[in-house]
Amino acid sequence: MADELTRMSAAGIAAAIAGGEVSALEVTDAHLAWIGEVDDAVHAFLHVAADGARRAARAVDERRADGEPLGPLAGVPLALKDLFTTTDMPTTCGSAILNGWRPPYDATITRRLREAGVVILGKTNMDEFAMGSSTENSAFGPTHNPWDLTRVPGGSSGGSSAAVAAFEAPLAIGTDTGGSIRQPAAVCGVVGVKPTYGGSSRYGVVAFASSLDTPGPLARTVLDAALLHETMSGHDPCDSTSVDAPVPPVVAAARQADVSGLTIGVVPELGGEGCQPGVLARFGEAVELLESLGAKVIEVSCPHFSYALPAYYLIAPSECSSNLARFDGMRYGLRAGDDGTRSAEEVMALTREQGFGAEVKRRIMLGTYALSSGYYDAYYGKAQQVRTLIIRDFEAAFDRVDVLVSPSTPTTAFPLGERVDDPLAMYVADLCTIPSDLAGNAALSVPCGLAAEDGLPVGLQIMAPVLADDRVYRVGAAVEAALESRRGHPLLDDAKGLG
Amino acid sequence: MVGREGRVDALIPFDEVLTRYEPVIGLETHVELGTVTKMFCGCPARFGGEPNSLVCPVCLGLPGSLPVTNRAAIEYTIRIGLALNCTIADWCRFARKNYFYPDMPKNFQISQYDEPLCTNGYLDISVEDPGAEGGARQVRVGIERVHLEEDTGKSLHVGGATGRIHGADYSLVDYNRAGIPLVEIVTKPVEGTGPLAPAVAHTYVSELRDLMRALEVSDVRMEEGSLRCDVNTSLSPRGSGVWGTRTETKNVNSLRSVERAVRYEIERQAAVLDEGRPVALETRHFHEDTGVTTVGRSKEEAQDYRYFPEPDLVPVAPSREWVEQIRAALPELPLARRARLKTEWGLSDREFAAIHNAGAVDLVARTVEAGAPPADARKWWLNELVRRANESGTDLAELPITPADVARVAALVASGELNDKLARQVIEGVLAGEGTPDEVVAARGLAIVSDEGALTAAVDEAIAANPEVAQKVRDGKVAAAGALVGAVMKATRGQADAARARELILARLGRG
Repeated sequence: MADELTRMSAAGIAAAIAGGEVSALEVTDAHLAWIGEVDDAVHAFLHVAADGARRAARAVDERRADGEPLGPLAGVPLALKDLFTTTDMPTTCGSAILNGWRPPYDATITRRLREAGVVILGKTNMDEFAMGSSTENSAFGPTHNPWDLTRVPGGSSGGSSAAVAAFEAPLAIGTDTGGSIRQPAAVCGVVGVKPTYGGSSRYGVVAFASSLDTPGPLARTVLDAALLHETMSGHDPCDSTSVDAPVPPVVAAARQADVSGLTIGVVPELGGEGCQPGVLARFGEAVELLESLGAKVIEVSCPHFSYALPAYYLIAPSECSSNLARFDGMRYGLRAGDDGTRSAEEVMALTREQGFGAEVKRRIMLGTYALSSGYYDAYYGKAQQVRTLIIRDFEAAFDRVDVLVSPSTPTTAFPLGERVDDPLAMYVADLCTIPSDLAGNAALSVPCGLAAEDGLPVGLQIMAPVLADDRVYRVGAAVEAALESRRGHPLLDDAKGLG
Repeated sequence: MVGREGRVDALIPFDEVLTRYEPVIGLETHVELGTVTKMFCGCPARFGGEPNSLVCPVCLGLPGSLPVTNRAAIEYTIRIGLALNCTIADWCRFARKNYFYPDMPKNFQISQYDEPLCTNGYLDISVEDPGAEGGARQVRVGIERVHLEEDTGKSLHVGGATGRIHGADYSLVDYNRAGIPLVEIVTKPVEGTGPLAPAVAHTYVSELRDLMRALEVSDVRMEEGSLRCDVNTSLSPRGSGVWGTRTETKNVNSLRSVERAVRYEIERQAAVLDEGRPVALETRHFHEDTGVTTVGRSKEEAQDYRYFPEPDLVPVAPSREWVEQIRAALPELPLARRARLKTEWGLSDREFAAIHNAGAVDLVARTVEAGAPPADARKWWLNELVRRANESGTDLAELPITPADVARVAALVASGELNDKLARQVIEGVLAGEGTPDEVVAARGLAIVSDEGALTAAVDEAIAANPEVAQKVRDGKVAAAGALVGAVMKATRGQADAARARELILARLGRG
């Protein structure tokens, strides 16, 4: 059983530190101790920066002692996906090719976290270069789901979702390219948000698919996610695709937590066939709950969503085939076979052969093929057209409703090893999350109960228009509050994986 | 001629080729822009510097780094596009050109593919042609596109015989150049210029260089690689109307090489075709020392660059207002300027062409600005100084004399303080580093003898020493006075005012 400090929410910790009830250092030490206790079993972290975390915590305590104003998350511990560059910690992206790489610069989000006094505990495990839905594609071994250690924590931000679910950190940051925040959040029973594309900076986030990658928060409560969302977001001149607009009022929306007067659309194309019955049952109850809370619920068809998955598996691999070309052993990371007998080309090829895992190679090959002369129009070009149709489906839907809802994932957490040899079964885990990545709009996954057949968490996905991120928080917080009051305790109290 | 493989290329003499084939040429010119910072980051876009000192995570392509477009580079490119009479796109994107090479930090180059910033323009050039009216033929070179991209790093291959990657012991890479904005200017095929084709290529690149200078977008130094040129050449059997297979010649690093490379390819391809063989579609490498081209890489095995729109950058969408502001701020372009100067200086086409071909337009213009009459400025630069430059093997503009110096010399002559012979000595002194023209005059004691008494004495001496000549003049043969003037000049070591000496001689002999 985690001690009291690790069970607290981020908002609660920040208030306690600001009020002098506890020091940031005590909070950090409690989390480090708990990580020491459980992370051998969970393996959420690839790197724990105990000294750096304590230094950051002491700095917050000193600022408080000096009477300086503290931000809303000062002193709160956080787990950072190992895709964000950090000058004081390695950045591996879950890949052997970057094993031990120490970046010479901080990602914009890393820097903003430090400036906000957030205590970065360490770097979390992930599918190699964010490619996967189970964290089994990490070169450093899988992460285990705190609800059931024989099951996956989702992915690619599985280390981040597991760290939050296992109380190793109240907050984590992940990235969402095809669902890599919402899917692991859903199967670990935590809150995960993909902000509007461009709402959070990609500078210093090692790229998987540039037109899709979106950093976002994971937390145990909707309000905590909103606090982190506000802290990490905002325009970044170093990212050309960063939106130059005010951050939507997500914290206020999370506090509002009220759906009366909203029209909510259920998307029949997301869920239904192929979904686990227990997932559908919980989803259905959540929709009824929303109606009972005063929302109007209608069905809104988005016919092109059926093509989202194939379009995604052309666009994302195409971009990744180019983004990952730089890993060639010439400048940083692994260099293989440089024994004086091989040419530069041979060393580059051998480095990539040895440094990349199977899934990364599969996607590089898919993308290389899709961009090839003579195939571009049929594959990449066509996929971009599908993307446009999906954007139009969303626009038409949002003309009629304020938010759309669906299950976050077709199934609950699946057993480790079950899908590693079946890429298509693995890809289907992102069926419901991919449309929002292709369209760039905001989407949130909030726990909506446990599936009857396996007792594992189910996520409700809430989608809102581009730059209307506040709406997903408003609806998510309402669902969270209603379910918790009905249940009488936080969902994670039921997690049994850690005894 | 011996190629790299030791094979001797057969050649057909140029004039003979032209009786049977029509050359078609095309040029791809890369110009490094002189922006303060690089294309996509804040590093200085500067030549030189310790290797790998002008770099950051972005131009090193470190994981996680992202490019942000330099607005000045867009502006410079639009400036070039407008000066080349191009259409400026109101919306275009960068694209990734994917290929692996150690001096490319990301193993892709951010470039432009099917959406260039500027398209469909032209550059008018005046090509020296002794047979044509005015000594020059006007040629309009079509511009296919002008696009913007980032430069790569620079590899240094150490060891091995060729200085190329194959056979080298090891290679070093300097990324200072990586990310410097590079504009690529691609011509349409230029046909119908016959024997002028090599000169057209030369003149086009020279004209382009002048244009870049006038636009203040680049220092365009070919020797430092800030202007680089690839030359496409093909031959079409005369009258067939069918274009032949082209070759692309790289490593053409001077204006003279541009001309030589085209000429060599014309002669080589003719020999290939005459043997009934096809010209191979290939990249060729020009060798400055021997003047030959050798085969580089075959286009058949060319890479598939897998271009796709650069997802890290938002599209470039220059507003009409901005483009018009840039257009309004364009400086006077070289062609218009030359037309104006020719009129202002009152010169014929041929006279002006001589100045232009000597690379002296700017020098003459600045000399005129410094107060010299155009005819004098032209005379001193084209006669005396071109000769001096040739003798010392330097560029005219590199001579250690300023247009202001030349204007001062011309003024001293005009005021009668120097004659031409003394003026040449003054110029010699300035070139030798003895100071300004006035300082040289003072130091060398070169002022004309204008002391009437000394001159009169010299005149009397000359008359006394040449009684027969003097008598002829008295008898009305005024032209014979020249010999007496010569004697006076000799006696005064050239420092006399010859005109005044002549007046005095004629007056003494009753013919004044």
